[in-house]
Amino acid sequence: MLATHLPVLQVIIPLLAAPLCVLLQHPRMVWYFALLVSAAAFVTSVLLLQQVLETGEISYALGGWAAPWGIEYFIDSLNAYLLLIVTSISTIVLLAAQTSLAKELPDDRHTFFYIAYLLCLAGLLGIVATGDAFNVFVFLEISSLSSYALIALGKSRKALIASYQYLIMGTIGATFILIGIGLMYMATGTLNMQDLALRLADIPESRTVYAAFAFFIVGVCIKLALFPLHQWLPNAYAYAPSVVTAFLAATATKVAIYVLIRFMFTIFGVDFFTTTGPWQNMLLVLALFGILTASTVAIYQNNVKRLFAYSSVAQIGYMILGFSIGTAGGLIATLLHLFNHALMKGALFMALAAVTYRVGSVELESFRGLGKRMPWTMASIVAGGLSLIGVPLTVGFISKWYLIVALLEKGWWFVVGLILLGSLLAVIYVWRILEAAYFSPPENNPDETPEIREAPLSILLPVWILVFANLYFGIDTRLTVDVSRLIAQGFFGVSP
Amino acid sequence: MNTLGLYNYWVVIVLMMTGFYIVIAQGNLIKKIVGLSIFQTSVFILYISMSTVSGGSAPILKEGISLYSNPLPHVLILTAIVVGIATTALGLALVVRIKEAYGSIEEDVIHDKDEKEC
Repeated sequence: MLATHLPVLQVIIPLLAAPLCVLLQHPRMVWYFALLVSAAAFVTSVLLLQQVLETGEISYALGGWAAPWGIEYFIDSLNAYLLLIVTSISTIVLLAAQTSLAKELPDDRHTFFYIAYLLCLAGLLGIVATGDAFNVFVFLEISSLSSYALIALGKSRKALIASYQYLIMGTIGATFILIGIGLMYMATGTLNMQDLALRLADIPESRTVYAAFAFFIVGVCIKLALFPLHQWLPNAYAYAPSVVTAFLAATATKVAIYVLIRFMFTIFGVDFFTTTGPWQNMLLVLALFGILTASTVAIYQNNVKRLFAYSSVAQIGYMILGFSIGTAGGLIATLLHLFNHALMKGALFMALAAVTYRVGSVELESFRGLGKRMPWTMASIVAGGLSLIGVPLTVGFISKWYLIVALLEKGWWFVVGLILLGSLLAVIYVWRILEAAYFSPPENNPDETPEIREAPLSILLPVWILVFANLYFGIDTRLTVDVSRLIAQGFFGVSP
Repeated sequence: MNTLGLYNYWVVIVLMMTGFYIVIAQGNLIKKIVGLSIFQTSVFILYISMSTVSGGSAPILKEGISLYSNPLPHVLILTAIVVGIATTALGLALVVRIKEAYGSIEEDVIHDKDEKEC
């Protein structure tokens, strides 16, 4: 039965498809192939989510070796939810890849792009699907190494430096994670996540466990670009090819946050997190600093891709903030924002891909007058921007609403105030783009540059799918909220 | 537990900090990668050290030996070594491309060239 092998198919399809791309040298053929593979992964993840919601968690013994000796793939509602986010965004982004890349990459590089892309996808899916701590590290490196290559494909030579910096930071982060996992193994003698959770609970006070925890959390925070470990992110996002930025911004950091949630709440346990140290306050303070500093820096950016990259750092702050509350409500807010932020940033960076396609630059200067020339693209930036600010009827509102409710339950009024301040800062940086697009006249005579017109449908379509999702999930929250509730219930035992 | 008995772990820490320091302090892109490799290598030694069982022999099946060291960390670290090589290779490939694009592999020179461009 194929249905029983879904957990491994999820990872193995893109992993095996990646080297097969070499056989297809034609840019269009390889694109069709990659799109097909990503769509297959998407279908698998939908089936998995359905299966998990109907019958509960799935445990898959890789190669028939029973856990904890063999590697186990373990899918519960949290994994299935993340798999759905990653595969859906990947498929939507790929829809536009062929058109957008035609302008940004020479034809003979397309094959390499799709190989790295599929490997990155396989790595991200592997991190989520696996139930083995060391396997997480391996897949993390698969996805990281391929994303360094993807970023280096950027047109400007600054992409190379950005990729190099990310490689250095990312490797340090991954090595820290490796040390953390090693120390966990040292203390417990197991690498299986379920087993680790059981055995760590029996160890009363151990310096090894604390050291493991510390190394691990720092490593993951580098990977998810928590302020002040975010230095690699703005340049990497700004100079990578547009579709790569859209894909990474919407998925890579989300998967890192999943790793944090999984290790913190499943393996170390909620009690360890809330009682043994100042972890909560530490993350809370860093998250708040991240939101306010990154939003302020975003206001001063003249490259719109960089602007949204800094805004991503701020949004990661919101996710960590919800996480650091340490209650079911906070976790729900984080999970909602994972999904919602993927939709917003996916839409915004895809819209920037459309601008790059027609204008060739994403400097704020070149946005002047685009409101008239590219009405649909700019309208999608308006919608994405409103969602980023958190206006009602968009997904941004839903996640902020749940975050504020969770904070009020704790009685943290002060933090709520700072969040609202962060939203105001978002209003300013989104406004700067809209002002340039709608209220500034184009610099030169429009007749001289007639080639700037609406982006082709192949880019607009995925953009508007994402914009529509932004609005749809802002109104009908059944899927996202129900699944998030279910996940939080699994960790905290009570239904919030 | 005497201090000398933890000799391996002291070496791990010294190597780790040496590598980390090189990554942070050096401006030369190749030297940074050298530092990164040293940093990663220290973790390999950490894993191998923890697998020791006192009195145990190397984990190779042989008659007359009943106590073996734990082979699992060895296997894990084989994977990590492969990952380390891939990272170094990719890093060096990037440095080659950077050298072609900028004509230098010194961080400050590259930074200056980027500043002038703007």
